[in-house]
Amino acid sequence: MTRITIGPFNRVEGDLEVRLDVESGRVVRAEVTAPLYRGFEQILEGRPPLDALALAPRICGICSVSQSVAAAAALRAAMTIEAAPNGLLATNIAHAAENAADHLTHFYIFFMPDFAREAYAAHGWHEEARERFAATRGSAARDALPARARLLETMGIIAGKWPHSLAFQPGGTTRAIDLGERVRLLSITTAFRAFLERIVFADSLENVLAIATADELDDWRDGRGGDFAHFLRLADSLALTGLGRGTGLMMSYGAYHGVDGELFPRGLFGPRAIVEPLPLTQITEDVSHAWMRNSSADPAHSSTVPDPDKPAAYSWCKAPRLSGQPIEVGAIARQTVAGQALITDLVARDGTNVRSRVVARLIETARIALAMEQWTRALRLSEPFCHNSRELPDGSCVGLVEAARGSLGHWMAVRDGKIERYQIIAPTTWNFSPRDSFDVGGPLEQALVGTDVGEAGPRAVAIQHIVRSFDPCMVCTAH
Amino acid sequence: MSGSDGMTNVLWLQGASCGGCTMSILESGASGWFDELRQFGINLLWHPSVSEETGEEAVEVLQSVLDGKVRLDLLLLEGSVTRGPNDTGRFNMLAGTNRSVYRWMLDLAPRADYVIAVGSCAAYGGVPAAGSNPTDAVGLQFEGSDSGGALGAGFRSRLGLPVINVAGCAPHPGWMMETILALTTKDLAATDLDSYGRPKFVANHLAHHGCSRNEFYEFKASAETMSERGCLMEHLGCKATQAVGDCNQRSWNGGGSCTKGGYACIACTSPGFEGAQNFLETAKLAGIPVGLPTDMPKAWFVALAALSKSATPRRVRLNATADHVVVPPGRATTKGKP
Repeated sequence: MTRITIGPFNRVEGDLEVRLDVESGRVVRAEVTAPLYRGFEQILEGRPPLDALALAPRICGICSVSQSVAAAAALRAAMTIEAAPNGLLATNIAHAAENAADHLTHFYIFFMPDFAREAYAAHGWHEEARERFAATRGSAARDALPARARLLETMGIIAGKWPHSLAFQPGGTTRAIDLGERVRLLSITTAFRAFLERIVFADSLENVLAIATADELDDWRDGRGGDFAHFLRLADSLALTGLGRGTGLMMSYGAYHGVDGELFPRGLFGPRAIVEPLPLTQITEDVSHAWMRNSSADPAHSSTVPDPDKPAAYSWCKAPRLSGQPIEVGAIARQTVAGQALITDLVARDGTNVRSRVVARLIETARIALAMEQWTRALRLSEPFCHNSRELPDGSCVGLVEAARGSLGHWMAVRDGKIERYQIIAPTTWNFSPRDSFDVGGPLEQALVGTDVGEAGPRAVAIQHIVRSFDPCMVCTAH
Repeated sequence: MSGSDGMTNVLWLQGASCGGCTMSILESGASGWFDELRQFGINLLWHPSVSEETGEEAVEVLQSVLDGKVRLDLLLLEGSVTRGPNDTGRFNMLAGTNRSVYRWMLDLAPRADYVIAVGSCAAYGGVPAAGSNPTDAVGLQFEGSDSGGALGAGFRSRLGLPVINVAGCAPHPGWMMETILALTTKDLAATDLDSYGRPKFVANHLAHHGCSRNEFYEFKASAETMSERGCLMEHLGCKATQAVGDCNQRSWNGGGSCTKGGYACIACTSPGFEGAQNFLETAKLAGIPVGLPTDMPKAWFVALAALSKSATPRRVRLNATADHVVVPPGRATTKGKP
């Protein structure tokens, strides 16, 4: 058996180290390390609760709005106020813009460049993939980066700037939108739809979302232009459906909350392969393999204190579990829980894998592009965008949202008007968790086992595909 | 400053970072940041978020710079340097290298013609240094407003400059790109930096300059709660009259800024901004904001504020506490004129 170490693992948000035990060219054990700890939970303790709105978004530069929205949701629960309906809509529009921008960044900047690697030079498709997707040199970035920047102009209208805005408040958003601004927002969403339909899908969003089965997807792909079909051909050539298989357990906290509920519902895709209610009280964190001192397993009662010399630990990331099980989160979990037809069919056939995770992200992008148009039209311009309250009683509260990469929770306890405890479980905390006290690995650790690395060892591209298929955000992971 | 090949070699590393500065700079350039870099002859040796090289390949790039085999024109760090625990830097290891980012920066910085701290974390410590500063986070050459930091007050890069601090959380993409490009043409000298190492083309302005709430400020017509249109200084924590930056003279994400977005400037370009509490509430002493414009006698400010408040037009007063314009400007009459 040989042990190989891969790091710095780049083209993810943040840094990552993966260690693999390899026997006869196959991974038999994987360890995933989050190599950065900044201590946000410690930093927040003792502060006025509303300071979370300024500090929590700064956990993450790529999902800053998600962090804001989670903090605002927790504070809203503590204040027992309702957000202004316009504020919820404006939050959803901005949050969708961030999530869609993140999906684009993942696809074009983080994930696809691996197909341009020299390791694939012998494949007939390599030259075309290299021309289109090579890191920093491929033609795709010339399309994707300006489209991303244009989409993020949503933030200039709703949130002042991105990343790191204070526009997302417990009572709504801080800027009322007028008629001219609504038209500008529509112009941005229209441009985004045009980009998706022209460059990504080479088809209308409605047609893309009408694809209901894996077979229909194969038919749709044949002979089609666009980067999504390009990916599907590469994925089939490399049998990516067989790579990085997940355990099958997934959840979503529910995404894009509105007055009438959520766009994507909350739920657990459990061991019976059906969507069930999510038992939120069964969320725990295990620190047996984290450089952290023991504390309560319940995020509502635990604190975070580093223990850098702890034996058996190998990551700054704690190990979150739901009813004792590691859970996969992300676009594929959200769309499975939401019952999206194509993703449900893909998961039923081959579970979560490198290909289906990427498909889910792009299908979700199409869905939220349409939702952004609807939310923008639904704004009632003469009504308030923010309800205000400064009353914040002592007690415990939680804010649960879906970031681009999956389920994000903020647990806060307030005492004597100050934050007594603050706990954050981010999407990649779930996906890239270390082992727990039963020696059960996190979703990535399990997905890597069995992978054929062949002669390439640490340079095996298969490992790159699997890790990046989760779209990890390592800065959120240990925070 | 480019080498004999005409290219400028740039190495970008991330320390205790959120990655937000990278997310911001990816908005730069009409045909994308990569094209923009190419157009200016910039060769990105490695960047953690965008380069192809990963694992051993990336370590080879860093090692070749360390060994002097590859010329290093610009070294950029995004994120603070965590020195802890106990000066080991272990809170932030560069994966796969068994070395901390702290150690890497100590070794790489002397190799660079110029060193740029991207964002307030790399410049001064930033948000990871807030509160109890659990990781002993500092900036490259400052610890808050005290010079020193990871590299020490005496550090000068190969061409004799201290660390150039592109402060901001996150900085405007233009602040970063203009600094990088000014260095590729050697147009930025030590005299172009302020006392906190910030390029003066940004730091010679205040965030307040060009604020769209200007008329409300003039009359001290103040917003009282979030989403109202009035000036944010008196009640809602705005520090734009004290914070450097041309924030309101540029457009952020196509037209925004913090104050346009409806919330206070929290002085994110200032060393130690993260140490404040109650960011959205103005600290007051005897009813008067503590943080007044720095170069104005307090008594004068108070006297002028009282005078302007008494002269506030009804339109300005009513709009200040509304989230929509409730009283439009009066219409100048043109009757009888040609």
